[in-house]
Amino acid sequence: MIAEGSILDTVLHVLAAVLFLAGSFLAMVAGLGIARFPDLLARMHAATKPQVLGLGMLLTGLALEIRTGVVIWTLVLVLLFQLITAPVSAHMVGRAGYRTGRVRDDLLVVDELTDDLAAVRRTEHVTDIDDADDAMVQALADTEKRGSDA
Amino acid sequence: MSRRPSNDVVRADAPRTDAAATSGVAGGAAQPGVTLRRRPSVTAVVWLAVVWVLLWGDLTIANVLAGLMVALAVAWFLPLPRVPFAGRPSGFGLVRLFGRLAGDIVVASVHVAAVALRFGHEPRGGVLRVRLRSRSDLYLTLTADLCSLVPGSIIVEAHRATGTLYVHTLDLSGPGAVEHARTVVLDQEARVLYALASDEEIAAAGLPPRRFGGPSRARGGAAVASRAVPDQGAPGSGRSGSSSGSSAVSGAGDRGTRSRRRDEGGDAR
Amino acid sequence: MTLWVAVACGIMLTIGAVCAFVRAERGPSMLDRVVAVDVVVASVLATVALVSAWTGRVDLVPVLVVLALVGFIGSVTVARFAAADSDDDRRILSREEARELERARREAELAEAEERRSGSGGSSATVGREQQEGGS
Repeated sequence: MIAEGSILDTVLHVLAAVLFLAGSFLAMVAGLGIARFPDLLARMHAATKPQVLGLGMLLTGLALEIRTGVVIWTLVLVLLFQLITAPVSAHMVGRAGYRTGRVRDDLLVVDELTDDLAAVRRTEHVTDIDDADDAMVQALADTEKRGSDA
Repeated sequence: MSRRPSNDVVRADAPRTDAAATSGVAGGAAQPGVTLRRRPSVTAVVWLAVVWVLLWGDLTIANVLAGLMVALAVAWFLPLPRVPFAGRPSGFGLVRLFGRLAGDIVVASVHVAAVALRFGHEPRGGVLRVRLRSRSDLYLTLTADLCSLVPGSIIVEAHRATGTLYVHTLDLSGPGAVEHARTVVLDQEARVLYALASDEEIAAAGLPPRRFGGPSRARGGAAVASRAVPDQGAPGSGRSGSSSGSSAVSGAGDRGTRSRRRDEGGDAR
Repeated sequence: MTLWVAVACGIMLTIGAVCAFVRAERGPSMLDRVVAVDVVVASVLATVALVSAWTGRVDLVPVLVVLALVGFIGSVTVARFAAADSDDDRRILSREEARELERARREAELAEAEERRSGSGGSSATVGREQQEGGS
């Protein structure tokens, strides 16, 4: 164990303090971003930040402060859970948002998903991207052909 | 990076059809939800037991045994679909993958934070179509996962049959940002392939052969670059906001009904 | 950890959580709210970590595990059942609007009961329906 008051002890404490400050700052910026950004997907970008990097920093800081084997392993587990679950929930929320029309089209520079869905609907009378694998393949091939002709 | 592979690489020898996707290199991606595992996989049981022991916090024989029993019960009574894996993990590749991922997360977090703190500036994003080069569900899922983990890009839709990801990027103002965002996703996929895939899968994806967990520079880099040139004007990449907006209006109406109908199948399983 | 570091962290986390709460109140959709609540959960996780580091309490660490898992379940559940709601449903009603709606509903019920009691009340039924439409 590291002796109380030794140089290494001080360094670790300072490092933990820096990590805590940085992680809290990321959480604050995420709050600002989520209150400020104009549409759902942009807000989700802001939300990913404290969930991944901010939490990682705070947990590392906590591990540096506590320095007990058991606790560190639990913290690793927390971070692992977060890293596994954050993309899944982000994908599900993002997809549900897109499919329920929560994306503001006027803010998008490019929207190739809507283009492709429209192309699918032109080729066959289908409404669902998953019902229409063949149509999707065909539509993508057409798009590529048009792109290479141009 | 010097290598800039572009999207929409059309391979005449490998048309992406349903058949090609399902009987692909990965040994036949079965329909999700249809072929459940018959017997629990060793990896799943060990992983669950490790989680159990970590949750309890101390490594004792009783804990390990209880963890194994619980893990077996979970894997037995709640079977998951089989994930076909025919790859060959590479240590260098994994180090490269996770090292680069950590760096990307830090850089992207700072970038998103800067965008959030620039008051009076509304970020203008976009949904990009990125066609991946491999045809395996596993690599598609992993690429999508890692891209979503990095702030600034979210996968809104994944399409198995064509191996296509639709990625939303936060800020696409600025010249070349669209191509750059595509390159980021494709590079992520290349790193996943170099970390996990077998040599055959890497070759089938049209990537240069692996060396120390990354692309070998000798001839592969040039080949990718030359292939990338004609694709720079990929369809829709340089489209202006107004034209995509007009076509978006037609699609916005029935999104709701679609979301109700397609509940069962997450296609990025 | 010195006191000032802890105070600064606490202030920043509070600002972030309050902003996220503002977004959760404004919506406009269920998904926006669930994303905002996710950020609140992340802030709470951060706060628990901060308290744990400040006081040296190790018993708070399991709380972190639970919070990390519960936040995920919540957002996935909402995303799973997200549907396109109409513009009217998307907004939380103000207290006056809710009262107005409630009054209209009650009047409609009263009119219906009146009609049933009188047996044949064509005119009162139309009055009730008019009131209902005017109120909503």
